[in-house]
Amino acid sequence: MRAMNRVAAIALHTFKEAVRDKVLYNLVVFALLLIGAAILFSSISVGIQQIIVVDLGLSSISVFGLIMAIFIGIGLVSKEIERHTIYHILSKPVRRVEFIVGKYLGLVLTLAINTAIMTVGFYLAIYYQKRSLGAEDLAPLSAIYFILLQLAIVVGLAIFFSCISTPVLSAVFTFCVYIIGHFLSEMRWLGTTLHSRVAKGATEVLYYLLPNLSDFDFITRTAHGEKISASLMVSNSLYALLYVTVLISASILIFEEREFK
Amino acid sequence: MLAIETINLTKDYSVGFWRKRPKRVLDGLSIEVKAGEIFGLLGPNGAGKSTTLKIFLRLIFPTLGTARILGKELDDISAHEQIGFLPENPYFYDNLTAEEFLNYAGELFGLPVAERQRRTARLLQQVGLEGARNVQVRKFSKGMVQRLGIGQALINDPELVFLDEPMSGLDPLGRREVRDLILSLKEKGKTVFFSTHILSDAEMLCDRVAILNRGRMQGCGELKEMLALGIASTEIVVVSPQQNLLDELKACGGACVRTGERVRVAIPKESEVSTALNKILQAGVEVVSVNPVKMSLEDYFMEQVGKDSVKRHEEELIAQTKGGR
Repeated sequence: MRAMNRVAAIALHTFKEAVRDKVLYNLVVFALLLIGAAILFSSISVGIQQIIVVDLGLSSISVFGLIMAIFIGIGLVSKEIERHTIYHILSKPVRRVEFIVGKYLGLVLTLAINTAIMTVGFYLAIYYQKRSLGAEDLAPLSAIYFILLQLAIVVGLAIFFSCISTPVLSAVFTFCVYIIGHFLSEMRWLGTTLHSRVAKGATEVLYYLLPNLSDFDFITRTAHGEKISASLMVSNSLYALLYVTVLISASILIFEEREFK
Repeated sequence: MLAIETINLTKDYSVGFWRKRPKRVLDGLSIEVKAGEIFGLLGPNGAGKSTTLKIFLRLIFPTLGTARILGKELDDISAHEQIGFLPENPYFYDNLTAEEFLNYAGELFGLPVAERQRRTARLLQQVGLEGARNVQVRKFSKGMVQRLGIGQALINDPELVFLDEPMSGLDPLGRREVRDLILSLKEKGKTVFFSTHILSDAEMLCDRVAILNRGRMQGCGELKEMLALGIASTEIVVVSPQQNLLDELKACGGACVRTGERVRVAIPKESEVSTALNKILQAGVEVVSVNPVKMSLEDYFMEQVGKDSVKRHEEELIAQTKGGR
């Protein structure tokens, strides 16, 4: 029970520290401006106004969420080590596992609340464009949920790389995995067309090792009115949960052995 | 009861980029710290003081040897419930206020809300940050950060307090307050283990000290006993001595310092004191005082560290000679 309280304390503190960062506010403001700009773009797109608003709005939520996840996620562990604030935490009766889990949950909470704020902005834009909101407008919520699942994986990656590398390299690695994660199927297909068995094997290994983020990308399909099935919601949720569990477990194993000179 | 016990505590770091080789930063440290005493770990920069503290707090792991903190093995994190720690040059979360940070520290110890609030208010007052309770830490001066660090180290009312260079960054007034705070902790029966390279602080506060140099312990014991071991010199103060007398006194190994009419002559060898006094009396010069000057901690420290430097130099020469063959 006390372990849970310590995890909650670290998570809430992480959230508090993150939301007071001016960079975060700037990002949220930029995201809201871009969602607002979607209205302008839609006004010059005859017949596909709503598609533009939904597509651009969800893309803004996804891109700015990604920037927040990478930069704040990297800072979470690396900054604590670099600035030696980790000394205060680990000299108290806090296990290293509690520290990593608390940090992770704190950032996911921060991203969830920021995504919620951007979602409100997104619906205001739809309302402004349609002058009404109906039950059919709830469909983008599933896509936003998938964006949040993607961000949860990205935060896991950011924490994992922070445990083994410098902040700059961690940001580069996380971003690279995010990009590759959207093209895994293409990469696997490319591997099958190659003659080299090593290249084939490597693409196969990467396909199973890296997170398949393209499965979470439903922005365009949602904009065109396609609905996400319940079974996909469940399977993607379980996939994200499993992937995050593996990432955080690996981070904990590395962090347990790490020395803070 | 022992608050800290270490046996042959050793730490090696890997250095080098391509060819990693071990570098010993702490070499077989064995000390015992009794509950309720103020223990000082002294040494120049790079002596291994912070390394020792970090091993105690499981921030780094020993290569060899063992240690017990409050009767518990290092791996037993429950010992941390009774420990307070101030790291060297502490840094805190920029966006939190002093009050929020102490509250957060209390939460990590599982203190109930009312207790946290009570202790936070008391500690802010105790370390002189009452007026800055709602100020974000990034606006703090170095001295204020140091005070906040001391506050967070005491939030759990610890039995054992580790302070790494606690006077660092403080002005004379702040240093005095920290000294008083350390003494008040001792009065309450707490054990204080602090590292410093400021010897006057250690001399004023410590019951016992250990001196480290380049990872090796050069001496350990009660300050009173260590300093009573020898008389550093005998100081004779005379009025208006002639130059030829001063030359003769210098021949006895005396060092002369003139202040106005008076000259202070420090005779290092006890056997030369009577000879020097005879010469002064024969010259008809007035003697103001004759005082044995006890060894200060600084003298002792310099003696121990100096011995070690000579020994290391000899070892290096032997190693080089062997390598040359």
